[in-house]
Amino acid sequence: MALQSLDIKARSATTTQPPVVRDPVHVAKLIDISKCIGCKACQVACMEWNDLRDEVGTTTGTYDNPRDLTDQSWTVMRFSEVEVQPGRLEWLIRKDGCMHCEDPGCLKACPAPGAIVQSVNGIVDFHEEHCIGCGYCITGCPFNIPRISKKDGKVYKCTLCSDRVAVGLEPACIKTCPTGALVFGSKRDMIAHAEGRIADLKERGYANAGLYNPEGVGGTHVMYVLQHADQPELYAGLPKDPHISPMVSLWKGITKPLASFGLGLAVLAGFFHYMTAGPNEVEEDKEHTS
Amino acid sequence: MSELVKRYTARERANHWFVALCFILLAISGLALFHPAFFFLSSLLGGGTWSRILHPFIGVLLAISFFGLAARLWTQNRISDADREWKKRLGDILCNKAGNLPEIGKYNIGQKYLFWTLVVCIAVLLLSGIVIWQPWFTPYFPIVLVRLAVLAHAVAAFLAILAIIIHIYSAIWVKGSIRAMTRGTVSAAWARHHHPAWYKEINKGS
Repeated sequence: MALQSLDIKARSATTTQPPVVRDPVHVAKLIDISKCIGCKACQVACMEWNDLRDEVGTTTGTYDNPRDLTDQSWTVMRFSEVEVQPGRLEWLIRKDGCMHCEDPGCLKACPAPGAIVQSVNGIVDFHEEHCIGCGYCITGCPFNIPRISKKDGKVYKCTLCSDRVAVGLEPACIKTCPTGALVFGSKRDMIAHAEGRIADLKERGYANAGLYNPEGVGGTHVMYVLQHADQPELYAGLPKDPHISPMVSLWKGITKPLASFGLGLAVLAGFFHYMTAGPNEVEEDKEHTS
Repeated sequence: MSELVKRYTARERANHWFVALCFILLAISGLALFHPAFFFLSSLLGGGTWSRILHPFIGVLLAISFFGLAARLWTQNRISDADREWKKRLGDILCNKAGNLPEIGKYNIGQKYLFWTLVVCIAVLLLSGIVIWQPWFTPYFPIVLVRLAVLAHAVAAFLAILAIIIHIYSAIWVKGSIRAMTRGTVSAAWARHHHPAWYKEINKGS
């Protein structure tokens, strides 16, 4: 929801500058996968703070529950059993949810003015009251995050607790995490914090430990510390090089103004043709004699 | 106006105008979602959400009625050698100074190009439209196909709207044409001048 204290960097389907007089701290959530024990307290905190109640699902033999993100489940833990080296099984648990891209594909694709806003602090938020339910954001998202509700046809996802952050609180999931796997602060601080964690992991034998802050989407405001940063796909298919699909960029990039201009030009061409060349008329008498 | 020639039956006219009304509603709601500059048009269908809900249903109606009309006109739109000769004179025709043109039938090559452009575009719009029809069908298609479909839908819609702008302008420019679709008849002089081969053909039987 729109909050006075969150200045807006970008607004969907809006061609003019949204209000940006203030320059607040750029925030980030850091998810340290090496510290996560998969307790799902963050899922519960998310449900509680945002007042969400998903339907009770079915078990499929994994700990994934709910099995996928929904309009009621804005974050889910994804459990992957991976043999990174032969004989060495690792249980990688990734908290999935919106990555709050610096270059958000959802916002780029959205045709409804103000349905998606990006705050200057980095939060990408859906304003469902402006959402028209077209699902273009799903098409634009490189991480497969937004979900259309069957109840109201609007799209929902993690807000990074924009309502809490706006009044100086940390997101609910951060507040509840018992192991310190989730931390929240300025993006710069989070990168510094991650560097310390990565150095520690490298010392403990994770040579490829690293930060997941993908450049393809301009960096994200939700970042991961990965033990195996060279193979993010191990973590339930986290994309190695996420970026807005070229088809979406073409569709919502240059095509939009160019095609609109072309249609306007066609109308003008017709108007001026008529005014200069004049109508194409048949003279009755002349035709009869010819 | 002396002599009149029948060009379209009442059924053909009704079919054409049904397609035309659907097309206008689709162009309004489609452009509204295409560029923010056109978003205000969504108000004409009751807002953004109503535009999103109604657009695909109107699209299905258009596709059915359009292909019904297209089936009637299919064989008359085959491009002939006379059409190609006629096309070479297009510059003169546009300047209203053409004489001694090749004799063309019921449709000239511009009309035929319009016909085939719309056949292709509407087929693409229908198929891609089903893929991006939320919330009913999109969840059943892979995301790569959905992304291809939104792009194809936008490109085909652009071409179709461009074709229709030319179509409408041609009807305004060539005097005596609009009554073919509003009244069903054109003057004999109009028919002799613009479609001489067609005029000869319909007079053969009488």
